[in-house]
Amino acid sequence: MDKIGFYAVPLIILIIILSGFFKKIKIFDVFLSGAAQGLNSTFSLAPPLIGLIVAVSMLKSSGALDILCQSISPLTQIIGVPKEIIPLCLLRPVSGSGSLAIVDNILKNYGADSFLGKLASIISGSTETTFYTITVYFGAVGIKNSRHTLPSALIADTVAIMASIIALNHFFQIV
Amino acid sequence: MMNYIWGSFLIISIICGFITGKSQEISNAVLTGASDAITLIISISGMMALWTGLMKIAEESGLTSKIAKLFSPLIKLLFPDLPSNSTATRAICMNITANLLGLGNAATPLGINAMREMQKLNPDKSCATNSMVMFVVINTASLQLLPTLLCTIRQKHGSQNPLDILPCLWIASALALTCGVFIAKFLGKVTRKKHG
Repeated sequence: MDKIGFYAVPLIILIIILSGFFKKIKIFDVFLSGAAQGLNSTFSLAPPLIGLIVAVSMLKSSGALDILCQSISPLTQIIGVPKEIIPLCLLRPVSGSGSLAIVDNILKNYGADSFLGKLASIISGSTETTFYTITVYFGAVGIKNSRHTLPSALIADTVAIMASIIALNHFFQIV
Repeated sequence: MMNYIWGSFLIISIICGFITGKSQEISNAVLTGASDAITLIISISGMMALWTGLMKIAEESGLTSKIAKLFSPLIKLLFPDLPSNSTATRAICMNITANLLGLGNAATPLGINAMREMQKLNPDKSCATNSMVMFVVINTASLQLLPTLLCTIRQKHGSQNPLDILPCLWIASALALTCGVFIAKFLGKVTRKKHG
């Protein structure tokens, strides 16, 4: 796994540089103008990120997240979501770093190859930071009305969580 | 919608903090949260600049349009209102390619670029078009074929085979993406009357 990751990045860079050479482009000049654009767009992400990270850490530190997890656990047990996974499901659409911290915690406490460890990994790998993505993409172009984006994306996230549980259950039975 | 969600996050935490007596923790969270965000921005900005620079070379050398051609039948199906082989569709293709390869940091600026191109074609600048919604929904589903970060963490915690979750992960991702695309298409048609 690591090896594929190690090879993929240099290989992609090599292909890009070679294709630039092949077309006789001033690759360094082009690189500089692109990198400058990249820096600008990164710093335009700062305001939404500040707002969201503060909100999530407030929610976590106030204990509201724990209360929420406990209060909806009877409901989520019907669907079959283990209660250890609920904070991950709730935080995943909002914060990438927050949910990564939860996955790290679950893997540490229950083991990477346990059912919960695998489930946490699959859920975090098959979903995205939905709210962050929506905020950043629509924010960047000044769209106020995102219409049906949020409901569609959240339904997709729910499907990903359910599918993770079902797929892992089947996999566990086969193996 | 984000306005209500964000606002309720803050209000709920503050009220909850008063009740549970954790106001001290909350004020700490406010202080560290804001600087955490800036730390994150600074730590990703180098990678972002590097990848947008490289991708700019890919774009000018025609590599982007070659990859775009590979995806164009699919793109036509998903984004029927965009002119084929326009700057917008090419930006979308590059974003999807970057997502698949796990270049998350490169995917975001490319995605923003695609949004800007779609905004140019948008008659109502404050309201999202069906193509924009579809594009963002695709980006909120995880397309990554090889989640390197996740596998590294699994390895760190002593997994015998960190990659063994991949089949399940791909199934879950694919199902979620398909569902998201169909729902976005359906809701796009339903709400078209109101928003044009």
